[in-house]
Amino acid sequence: MDLILFLIFATIALVCAINVVVQKHPISSAVSLIGVMGSLAMLYLLLGAEFLAAAQVIVYAGAVMVLFVFVIMLLNAGKESPQGGSFMVQLLGAPVLLGLLLMLAVLARHIVPPEAAVRFGAFQGGTARAVGNALFTTYLLPFEATSILILIAIIGAVVLARKEMD
Amino acid sequence: MSQVPTSWFLLLSAALFVLGVAGFLFRRNIVTVFMSIELMLNAVNLSFIAFTYQLNRVDGHQVDGHLYAFFVMVVAAAEAAVGLAIILTVYRNRGTLNIDEVDSMKN
Amino acid sequence: MQLWIVPLLPLAGFAINGLFGRRFSKSLVNAVAIASVLLSFAWVLRAVYGLGDLPTPHVEHYFTWIRSGSLDIGCDFAVDRLTAVMLLVVTGIGSLIHIYAIGYMAHEGGYYRFFAYLNLFMFFMLTLVLAANFAVLFVGWEGVGLCSYLLIGFYFDRRSATNAGNKAFIVNRIGDFGFSLAMFLIFANFHSLDFARVFAQAPAAPVGTLTAIGLLLMLGACGKSAQLPLYVWLPDAMEGPTPVSALIHAATMVTAGVYMTARSWVIYTNAPVAMHTIAIVGIATAFFAATIGLAQNDIKKVFAYSTVSQLGYMFVGIGSGAFGAGIYHLVTHAFFKALLFLGAGSVIHALSGEQDMSRMGGLRKKIPWTFWTMAFAAVSIAGVWPFAGFYSKDAILIAAYQQTPWIYWLGVFTAGMTAFYVSRAMFLTFFGEYRGDRHPHESPPVMLVPLAVLALLSLGGGYFLPVPEFLRGVFHAGESAENPALMAVSVTAGLAGIALATLMYLYKPGMADAFAGRVSGFYKLVYNKYFVDEIYDAAVVRPVVAGSREVLWKAVDTAMIDGAVNGAGAAAREVGGVLQRIQSGNIRSYATWVVFGAVMLIFAMGLAGGLIR
Repeated sequence: MDLILFLIFATIALVCAINVVVQKHPISSAVSLIGVMGSLAMLYLLLGAEFLAAAQVIVYAGAVMVLFVFVIMLLNAGKESPQGGSFMVQLLGAPVLLGLLLMLAVLARHIVPPEAAVRFGAFQGGTARAVGNALFTTYLLPFEATSILILIAIIGAVVLARKEMD
Repeated sequence: MSQVPTSWFLLLSAALFVLGVAGFLFRRNIVTVFMSIELMLNAVNLSFIAFTYQLNRVDGHQVDGHLYAFFVMVVAAAEAAVGLAIILTVYRNRGTLNIDEVDSMKN
Repeated sequence: MQLWIVPLLPLAGFAINGLFGRRFSKSLVNAVAIASVLLSFAWVLRAVYGLGDLPTPHVEHYFTWIRSGSLDIGCDFAVDRLTAVMLLVVTGIGSLIHIYAIGYMAHEGGYYRFFAYLNLFMFFMLTLVLAANFAVLFVGWEGVGLCSYLLIGFYFDRRSATNAGNKAFIVNRIGDFGFSLAMFLIFANFHSLDFARVFAQAPAAPVGTLTAIGLLLMLGACGKSAQLPLYVWLPDAMEGPTPVSALIHAATMVTAGVYMTARSWVIYTNAPVAMHTIAIVGIATAFFAATIGLAQNDIKKVFAYSTVSQLGYMFVGIGSGAFGAGIYHLVTHAFFKALLFLGAGSVIHALSGEQDMSRMGGLRKKIPWTFWTMAFAAVSIAGVWPFAGFYSKDAILIAAYQQTPWIYWLGVFTAGMTAFYVSRAMFLTFFGEYRGDRHPHESPPVMLVPLAVLALLSLGGGYFLPVPEFLRGVFHAGESAENPALMAVSVTAGLAGIALATLMYLYKPGMADAFAGRVSGFYKLVYNKYFVDEIYDAAVVRPVVAGSREVLWKAVDTAMIDGAVNGAGAAAREVGGVLQRIQSGNIRSYATWVVFGAVMLIFAMGLAGGLIR
C-alpha cells in the first residue's frame, strides 16, 4: 500500500517538475510547481511529518506560489523567446548535471543501509506538539532570528517595489 | 510489500534537485529561474524529512530534520518576497525579463 | 711589551694625514708621516733589545676576532728573532724612504695622499710581520696588496698607471686564492690557524697534506713576491712614484712571500717535494727575469726585473732548506735594491722625469753623490766581496749546491747576468756622453742622506749583520759550512759580468748594438719580455672576458634569469587573461560554474569519505 502511494505521488512530482522546467509560459511552470509541492506534501505524510505537510500546503503552496502567480500576472510575462544561450552553459551544462545526478544517486545508495524502509505510521514524532515543543525550546534562537529576517524581508520588498515618489 | 526503501526517497530528492538546477541553468525567463530555485529548496526539504525518519532517535532530537525543513520554508518565503520585488524593479528599469540581457557586470 | 704600538703609529699617521692632510702645510704632513714611522722604528728597537735572546716567541693576545665552533682566531702579535729581523728592515728602510720621499715628491700633487697611503702601507706590513696566526697575516697580506694598488695608481689620471694598479691587484688575487686554499687545508687538518699550534702538529701530519699546503702557500707567495708565473705585475708597477717602487716593490711587500714561506719552514721541511718545487720555481724565475733585464732601456724596468730575479734567489734559499740564508738575502737585497731604486729616482729627478737610459749618459760628473751611492749598490748586487750582497748570495748558492747542484750552476750563471745588467745600467747612465737634452742637477740633501745610509749598509751589511747565525735558533736547521771553492766560482762569475759590461758599454760602445743585431731574433724576444703579457692576454684575459660577455651576460643573465622572471610575469598575465573570460556578465554561466564547482567538491568529499568510486 505504501509502495503504491509512494509511486503515484513520486511520479506526479517528477512529471510536474519536468513540466516546470520545460514549459514555455511561466504561468504553466507556476501551476506545475504547485503540483510538485502538493505531491511532496503527501510524501511528507508518508514519512510521518504531519505538521510539515500541513505547513507545506499552507505556506508554500498557498502563499509563496500565490505570490509568484501575482507577480507573473503583474508583469504580463509572455512566452519566452527561443534565442540561443551562453556557450558555456550549453557546453558544460548537460555533463555537469548528469555528473551531479550520478553522484547524488550513488551517495543516496550508500548512505542509508539497504534494509532501511519507510512504513506509514512508523514515525510518530512529527506531530504539531512535538515540533512546537522543539521549536520553542531547543530552536528558540533561530525562531526569533527568523522573525527578524521576515521583518527585513517585508521592509525590503516594500522599499523595492513601491513606485517612485515624485 | 508495503514498505518503501528509504533510499528511494533520497533518489527522488536528488532527481528533483537536479531538475531544479537544470531549470536554473537552461531557462532564460527570470521568473522561471526563480521557480527552479523553489523546486531545489523543496527537494532538499524532502531529503531532510527522509533523514529524520531514518535517524529516528529518542533523546529529544527526534524532530531536528523537521525543524530544519521548517526554517528552510520560512527563509524561502522571505526570499521569494524580496526576490520578486527585485524582479519587479529589474522589469521596471530594463523592460525585459530575459536574464541574458541583465549583464552590465560583464568584464 | 705593547707590540701594538708598532703598527698603530703609522695607522695614526694615515688617519691624521688622510682625514686632515688636505688642510695641512707640506711641513706638517711631513712631520706627521715621518714621526709616525720613526717612532715606530724606535719602538721596534726598544722591543727587540728589551726582549733579549728570544729563544721562544713572545706572544701578545689582544682580543678575540672570530670565535665560531672550533674556529678561534685572536688578534695576536708575536715576536721572535725572525720577526725582529723583519721589523727592523721594514721600519728602518721604511723610515729612510719616507725621508727620501719628502724631497722626491716635493713638486708632485696629492702630497698628503701619498704619505697617508705610505703610512697605511706600513701599518699593514707591520701587521703582516707581527702576526701570530695565518688569519692576521692574511689581513696584512691583503692590506699591503690594497696599498700597492693605491700607490701604483697614484697618478690616477694616467691610464697606464691605473691599468698597472689593476693588474697588480688582480694577479695578486690569484696568489691569494692559493693562500686561502692553504688556510682552509691548514684549518681542516690542524683545527687552528695559530702558528704555534699548527707548527707543533705539522710533523705528525701526512706528507701528502703537507705537500698540498706547501704548494698552495707557494702559489700565494708567487703572487705576492712576483715569481713565475705571477710576476707580470711587478714591471708594470713601476708606473708608481719611485719611492713606492723602492719601498713596496723592492724592500718590503714583495718580500712578504719570502717571509711567509720562511715562517712556515716546519711545513716545508716535512714536505720535501714542496720545498724542492720552491727552489725550482725560484731559480727559473731568477734566470728568466735576468735575461729580460739584459735588454731593457727603462732604468726602472731593469731594476724591476732585477727584483724579480733576486726574489727568485731568496726562494732558492728557502727551497734548499737554508731559510736563514733566504732571509739574509732579503735583508741585504732590501739595502741595495732600495738604494738602486732611490738612486734611479734621484737620476730621474735630476733629469726632470727622464727614465730612458738611451737618453742618459755621462751623469757621473753632474750628480756625483747619486753615482757613488749607486755604485756601492751595484757592486753589492753583483756579489763582490766584501759587500753585503756577496755574503747573502753565497750563503744561498752554497746551500743550493748541497741540495741540487744544477741549481747552483744556474744560479752562478744568473749571478753573472745580474752583474752584467747592473753594470750595463750604470755605464749607460753615468758614463760616456750625455745623450739627452735636460739640465741635470743634484738632488737635495733630504734625498741624498738616505742614499748614503743605504750605501753604508750595502757595504757593511753583510759582514756586520750575520743574519743566519742570528736566526739559528728559529729554524732549527743547520746552515752549510763555508766552501771557499764555491765562493770563488760565484765571485768570478760576478766579476766576469762586470768585465763584459765594461767592455761592451765603456770601451767599445758599438759592440752592444752589433751583438744585438746578430742575435736579433733572440734580442727581440728578450726585449719584449718574451711576449708573456701578450700570451696571458690572449690565453687568459680574452677568453674570460668573452666568456663573461657571451655566456654569463647574454645567455645566463639576459636569457635565463631575466627570461624566467619576465616569463613568470607573462605567464601570470596569460592565465589571468584566460580566467578573465569567466567574467562574462551572464548569470547563467556563473551558475553553471557554481554547479560545476559543487560537483567537484562533492566528488572530492565522497572520495575522502571513503566511498569507492
